[in-house]
Amino acid sequence: MIPASFDYRRAASADEAIALLTENGDDAKLLAGGHSLLPLMKLRLARPSVLIDISRLADLSYIRADGDQIAIGALTRHHDVEVSELLAREVPLLPAAAGQVGDPQIRHRGTIGGSLAHGDPASDLPAVVLALGGSMVVRGPGGERSIPATEFFAGFMETALAADEVLTEIRVPRLEGAGWSFQKFNRRAHDWAIVGVAAVRRGAGSGANGGGAGVALVNMASTPVRATAVEEALAGGASATEAAAHAADGLDPPSDINATPEFRRHLAQVLVRRALEEAGA
Amino acid sequence: MKVAMTINGTSQQHEIEPRVLLVQFIREVAGLTGTNVGCDTTSCGTCTVLLDGESVKSCTILAVQADGAQITTIEGLAEPGTLHPMQEAFRENHALQCGFCTPGMVLAAVSLLQENAHPSEQEVRSALEGNLCRCTGYHNIVKAILAAADAAEVPA
Repeated sequence: MIPASFDYRRAASADEAIALLTENGDDAKLLAGGHSLLPLMKLRLARPSVLIDISRLADLSYIRADGDQIAIGALTRHHDVEVSELLAREVPLLPAAAGQVGDPQIRHRGTIGGSLAHGDPASDLPAVVLALGGSMVVRGPGGERSIPATEFFAGFMETALAADEVLTEIRVPRLEGAGWSFQKFNRRAHDWAIVGVAAVRRGAGSGANGGGAGVALVNMASTPVRATAVEEALAGGASATEAAAHAADGLDPPSDINATPEFRRHLAQVLVRRALEEAGA
Repeated sequence: MKVAMTINGTSQQHEIEPRVLLVQFIREVAGLTGTNVGCDTTSCGTCTVLLDGESVKSCTILAVQADGAQITTIEGLAEPGTLHPMQEAFRENHALQCGFCTPGMVLAAVSLLQENAHPSEQEVRSALEGNLCRCTGYHNIVKAILAAADAAEVPA
């Protein structure tokens, strides 16, 4: 299978990519690693008439400390996140999850920004950035703005990115010794999570990053979603087991070949409990 | 548009449509058919090649994205008539049955040992999660990769 025809434009800078997006509107898509977009294009589920290749923008591939946060360029590959010593030290949840995305070949091409901008509720990294309380830095014709992860995932494979905006950076707080866990349940190696859980547990009121827990779920709704009922139960003093019972509260998980909604609710409760225990509830 | 890349040390410059996949460029434009297409959906790993030294699935990369890159396919791992140590280890350990997945397996294994020269058995198995063998010959594939790692440094 090959994709339908398109015009290929290679952007030499983020600003040029924005100009090309502005010029071409909804008919254009950005191409980073291509590991979410190209499969859709081959199946004709996506059919952009203009493909704007940003994968060569080396200045959008970096991982660096910035105050009490870590800044990650949107074009940083999963492999680079996986092996980053800075992240292993400061935000170990992120490389642990990035190392479970797809397989080594996919991690050599796929990017963190691509994964987040794709907004697939079944992918791992959106839940991680949600649990961490991260934010997205996006740039458009009018300049730069920051979108909290909690406001970024707008609908099924839809984000708060405007048609003429480029995601340039992901910012996550340093974990400062907080407990964390990433649970991914699937039946076969390399598969998407049937359900996944990213969890962070900070001591009450700890430091600049705020206290409390962050818990987010993979493949439990039409968007990557925070398990707010679990977070509230923990804040109210519930144990891991008690809090985990609320894992699927208010959620309408999808039904597919791998699982019924009922099975997904069960999985979410079990995996949240495991995650909270591993994170040190 | 014009695309130029180096495949197995040979410069390949051709005029192609932007929608041509890297694996098509390798097989149909450059005429190197050692790289197989299996699932065509980024799952099976049969089309794995090295792009600037790292394993990638060439069915999910546009040839234009590899413009300027160094590509290594199974044909380019060793001089004609000789075997790369990883190929030798596959032969020694009976690590292939029908052979269809083998080019991708070998290149995934070479990439693995470049990143992790002495992997554990579990690490080898994890690193192969993107390569399917439908003869289910995984046991000897893992054995071969561990043997290659034991034997020596594996050059690219």
